[in-house]
This record gives sequence, C-alpha cells and structure tokens, in this order.
Amino acid sequence: MSSLFSDYDIWSALWTTIKLTVFSAIGSLVLGTIVAIFRLSPVGILRFFGTSYVNIFRNTPLTLIILSCSFVLYIQLGVALADSNAQDFAAVNAFRLAIVGLTVYHATYVCEAIRSGVNTIPLGQAEAARSIGLTFGQSMREVVLPQAFRGAVVPLGNTLIALTKNTTVAVTIGVAELSAVLKTVTERDPGSLNLAFLVVGVFFVILTLPMGLAVGWIGQRVAVKR
Amino acid sequence: MKFRAITAATAAAALGLGLSACGGSSGGGSGASDAVCKLPSSGGSVKIGIKYDQPGMGLKDGSDFKGFDVDIARCVASQLGYSKIDFVESPSPQREKMLQAGTVKMILATYSITPKRLKVVSFAGPYFVAGQSVLVQSNSDIKDVAGLAGKKVCSVTGSTSVDNLKEKQPNLVPQKYDTYSACAEALSTGAIDAMTTDDTILAGYANQQQYKGKFKLVGGTFSEENYGVGMKKGDGDCQKVADAIKKIVDDGSWKKALENNLGTDYKYNEKLNPPKSPSCQA
Repeated sequence: MSSLFSDYDIWSALWTTIKLTVFSAIGSLVLGTIVAIFRLSPVGILRFFGTSYVNIFRNTPLTLIILSCSFVLYIQLGVALADSNAQDFAAVNAFRLAIVGLTVYHATYVCEAIRSGVNTIPLGQAEAARSIGLTFGQSMREVVLPQAFRGAVVPLGNTLIALTKNTTVAVTIGVAELSAVLKTVTERDPGSLNLAFLVVGVFFVILTLPMGLAVGWIGQRVAVKR
Repeated sequence: MKFRAITAATAAAALGLGLSACGGSSGGGSGASDAVCKLPSSGGSVKIGIKYDQPGMGLKDGSDFKGFDVDIARCVASQLGYSKIDFVESPSPQREKMLQAGTVKMILATYSITPKRLKVVSFAGPYFVAGQSVLVQSNSDIKDVAGLAGKKVCSVTGSTSVDNLKEKQPNLVPQKYDTYSACAEALSTGAIDAMTTDDTILAGYANQQQYKGKFKLVGGTFSEENYGVGMKKGDGDCQKVADAIKKIVDDGSWKKALENNLGTDYKYNEKLNPPKSPSCQA
C-alpha cells in the first residue's frame, strides 16, 4: 500500500482530478446557463442554436469530444492553451483542452437540468413578469432563473457527480489524473493492479458520496414551496 | 407500421447472426497466405493473446492477423503441435488477468519481461530484444537524443519511455496520448517532433502503408526490452515454448518473420538478436 503511494503520484493525480472537476463544473454551469437561455428565448434562431448545440454535443461520445479537443483544436488548428515555451507545456495544454472538452459536453446536461428547473415554474409567472413590463432579460434574471436554479439543484448535482467520474476520460489526451495512475500501474507493476483499482475507486467514492448527500440536503432546503 | 417494425427487427437479427457467424472463426490455420510457419494438419487448438492495433507486431486486418508477434505465435504453436489458433485481443491492462483466468494459453504482445511482471506471470523467452528508440519525420534534422532539446516528444500514458529519455535529454517537452496511433498521427502532421518507444513498434509504424517514407528511426537503441511469451504462472509448457523459440531462431523462421513484418531496412540490435538463450522464467 505504502509503496503504491510512494512509487506513483497518486496525490497529485487526485488533485488533478479535483481541479478538472471544479473548473469544468464552473465552465459548464456558465455555458449551460447561456445555452438554456437560448433554448428558452423568444427568438427562433437562438432557440434553434440552443437546441442544435444540445443535440449535437449530448449525443457525441465524450471520448470523441476530448480526443478532438487535442486532435482538431490543437494538432490540426494549432490552438494552444498554454505557453508553448514553458517546460510543462504539454501537461498544461492537455489539462486545459480536457477542461474545454468536459465543459462543452456537460454544458448540455446543465442546460437540460436548468430547463427542467424552469418547467417547475408555473407559466403564469413568466407571463405576469412580461405583462408588468419586464423585458425578457429582466424576467429571466429576476423571476425565472432564481427559481429555476433552486428547482434544478438535484439534477445539477447529478450532473456534477457524472462530471466527476467522467474526468477519467481525460487520460486519452495524456492528463495525469486518477485513471492515468491506473494505466501506469498496469504497465509497470501488474501485481498491484487490484490494490490500485481499489484505491482509485475509494477516492471516487470519497469525492462523489458527499456531493450526493450535500445535493440532496441543499435541494430540500432551497426548494420553492408551492 | 407494425409490420414494418417486425421486418426491420428480423432483418437486424439476421444481420447480427450473419456477422457473428463470420466473427466466430477467427482465422487461424490457413489464414495468411504468406505465413512463415504452417500449422500441422491435426492437433488441438490454442488461444493466443496478441495486440490488434500494433502495425508490424500484432495487427488485425479484416479477418486476417499480421505481424511479427503473430508469426512467432504461429511458429510456436506449430512446434507445440497445435493445428488451430484462436487469436484473442489482449490489451495491456488485461494481459495478466487473461493469463491467470486461462482465457488465453499464452500472450505475444510486445510483452517485455520485467521483474515485477514475473511476480504474477511466467515468461518464455526472450524471442526478441527490442530497445527504445526515437522516430521522427524523414525530413527532420533531429539526428540523435541530443537533438531533442526543446522538441515535443510523444509517448503513451503509463509507459516509462519518455521518462527514460528525459533523463538523457532534460530539455525535451513530453506529450502523452493513450495510444501510439495517436502519436503517429500527430507526428505525421508535424504537431509533435518525435515519438519514442520500443524500436519494433516505431519500425511498425514507419513500415505501415499510410506512413511509408514519411518517418525514420534515429539515435540507435538505448534500452533493452526483452519480449517474452507470457504464460500463466507455473505453466508446465513454459520450457517447451522456450525450446520452440530456440528452434524457430535456428531454422531461419525468426529472421523471415522479422523481415516480412518490419521491413528489410529495419536495423535491430544485432548484438542481442536473435536471442541466444531463450529460457523459461517462471
């Protein structure tokens, strides 16, 4: 057990997984909210873009999205997200590209979670907001979204848990997160593979279990009582 | 509408059956026309694990299997008296498990003999001694490891190759993917400057149809990777396999298999190859 921790950078891998999760969660929350507003807006072309975005990215495998972040964005188009002269260029670049991929993918789920939150609000409220003279933006900001987020806490939490586990896909473009440790142990010390799987599995439970409990608790506390 | 759905379902089922019928007989006996070794006409069948995605070593091409590992596997099987081989894919993470569970009898999949692996499986071999090398574009001015300063060098996550290289040339920039094919693709577009791993694997890519003439190996080899036939820990046939390897080297099949699969230009480490004393390492 101790040799596993001393031979492989498990702690730094765990930290990378946490950072991937946090940054992608923030990114997808922002992007997902924007897409949700598109889908709810009264402008047809925006609704079309929102719907297309969700349908395209939600139905594309995450592995493909992450791989194309590296292959299309970086290799074909030359988009580098780090200082190309830095020593740790490859690692930082891969890490940021993975965040882009995770964000783009999970934004679709965030969008749908928020839309489900919006659907919990009686239509009359939006109509009332518009009829007293609020613009679409104002009615979204002041009336609809605050309630929508409160109603969407649980589905958003589910998306966060899924996101945490989906960060393991980032290993395909060489991000040194927890599943990369498994890959390394497999190659170098197959005898400790079972132990490594157990350790990584326990880490994921430690990350996701409190999330699930917190989400349930917050969801109940902030729920809009009707 | 209902009728149409049923027709579609039936068609799908029929298609599925057809496909599975094809997949069932994974080409063994007379599969490849240019196979180095012919299997005997009577005898048992054996399951052998190979890589499906390593050009030059173990590659599934349609229903056919090609590569140095595949040819050596056929030769070993024929020496042991098997008349039919079922090739099974053995990805790196599953190799030890497949041997322990008996899913396959042996594995020939660029599987290096290391002390830590010997704790969980037995090896017969080596049947080839590969060495780490560097692959660059054929018009590249990188000549050796020293020339890699500040260059992007690709390898796969989990392998020690880039770390080994970084000790010799601390100024290189490591880039990692999870497959060598991804590295080769990135190298062909020039997004990375070099890729590094065993010279056999590199030679396999350099010799592959779509990359022919585009890549070259530089810098010689600077490590020893002893490829062995992985077997279940304590398998009684281990010594027989080692003897078979010796025979294959002596009767010239070894050299033929190497030239057929990795090209005649491929310069392997001639001091260590062909391996002089393949043995059973339990």
